[in-house]
Amino acid sequence: MNCIVIDDEATARIIISQLCSNVPSLNVLEDFPNAMQAIKYLNQNKVDLIFLDIHMPDFTGFDFIETLKNPPKIILTTSDPNFAIQAFEYDCIVDYLVKPITQARFDKAIVKAEAKQNTVKKTVNAEKVEATSGNDLYVNIDRRLIKIDIPSIYLVEANGDYIQVKTEDKNYTVHSTLKKIVEKLPDDLFLKVHRSYVINVKKIIDIEDNSVLIKKDVIPVSRSNRPELMKRLNLL
Amino acid sequence: MEQPNQTYIDNLSGGDASFKQQLIDVIKKEFPEEQKEYFNNYNAQNFKLAADNVHKLKHKISILGLEKGYEVAVNYENSLLESKFDYKNEFESILDTITSYLETL
Repeated sequence: MNCIVIDDEATARIIISQLCSNVPSLNVLEDFPNAMQAIKYLNQNKVDLIFLDIHMPDFTGFDFIETLKNPPKIILTTSDPNFAIQAFEYDCIVDYLVKPITQARFDKAIVKAEAKQNTVKKTVNAEKVEATSGNDLYVNIDRRLIKIDIPSIYLVEANGDYIQVKTEDKNYTVHSTLKKIVEKLPDDLFLKVHRSYVINVKKIIDIEDNSVLIKKDVIPVSRSNRPELMKRLNLL
Repeated sequence: MEQPNQTYIDNLSGGDASFKQQLIDVIKKEFPEEQKEYFNNYNAQNFKLAADNVHKLKHKISILGLEKGYEVAVNYENSLLESKFDYKNEFESILDTITSYLETL
């Protein structure tokens, strides 16, 4: 697992990197003394796991998590055991290590992180766009066909070999392509506005020159797709 | 009085002398800076910031095996957050002990 370390204390960063070096499956890519530097890094790079200090000046570990759209797995590292309950409100947090961290306790946390990694992979691999039936789209999740209400989908985003189907209630990661899902979605409701994005035009909140706002997502609109988008709107 | 030790550092190093020295060097560099920041904030009556400094210092207190010292730091951090100064003298005495110890390394 590729990981990064975020801690304002140099001593802690060195210790965590040393603990990682004793685990063959871990590869520390970078460490950061504050959350802002880490956010910039994560905008350009993908990681599997973050070791995150909670108690940092200006921008706490929890503030940092709130900025992440799709957070990777996170192991909190802290000198304060009082945040444990708050920590487990976040699905992405797999464990909570109180400093000073021993190798034995660290290893246990890594086992948990790896178990979660394997579960996610299994789930994602099992998901396929299966079929549509009226207003529903079915995806296969762990051999179960899960129904998604098509009008509730507001965005489909391509991400490598996967697509993210975002609905009012839940997001689904599916091993498929935009092309395949577009074929399953009704033309009158959905429009491809960019090579990586299909939007539900009924869910648009506003449009700027080269982007649309849908829920809280700002989606780029390519120049070639803009005329079709404008045609679809009931312009005054 | 409780004295610092290198049990945790030795366990973590696992016989890697180069890592051990690297860690000690970082502690020797970082500890005086954090201590200075604590006194600056305390003297300026920025007790919330002083509590943050104590929070960071308590990690080093625990790394150096000062278990009772760690408890004092926890209590002092909490009291500073309420602008109270219980445990101040005890805490600052621990800082002195660590300063002397680090000079021997």
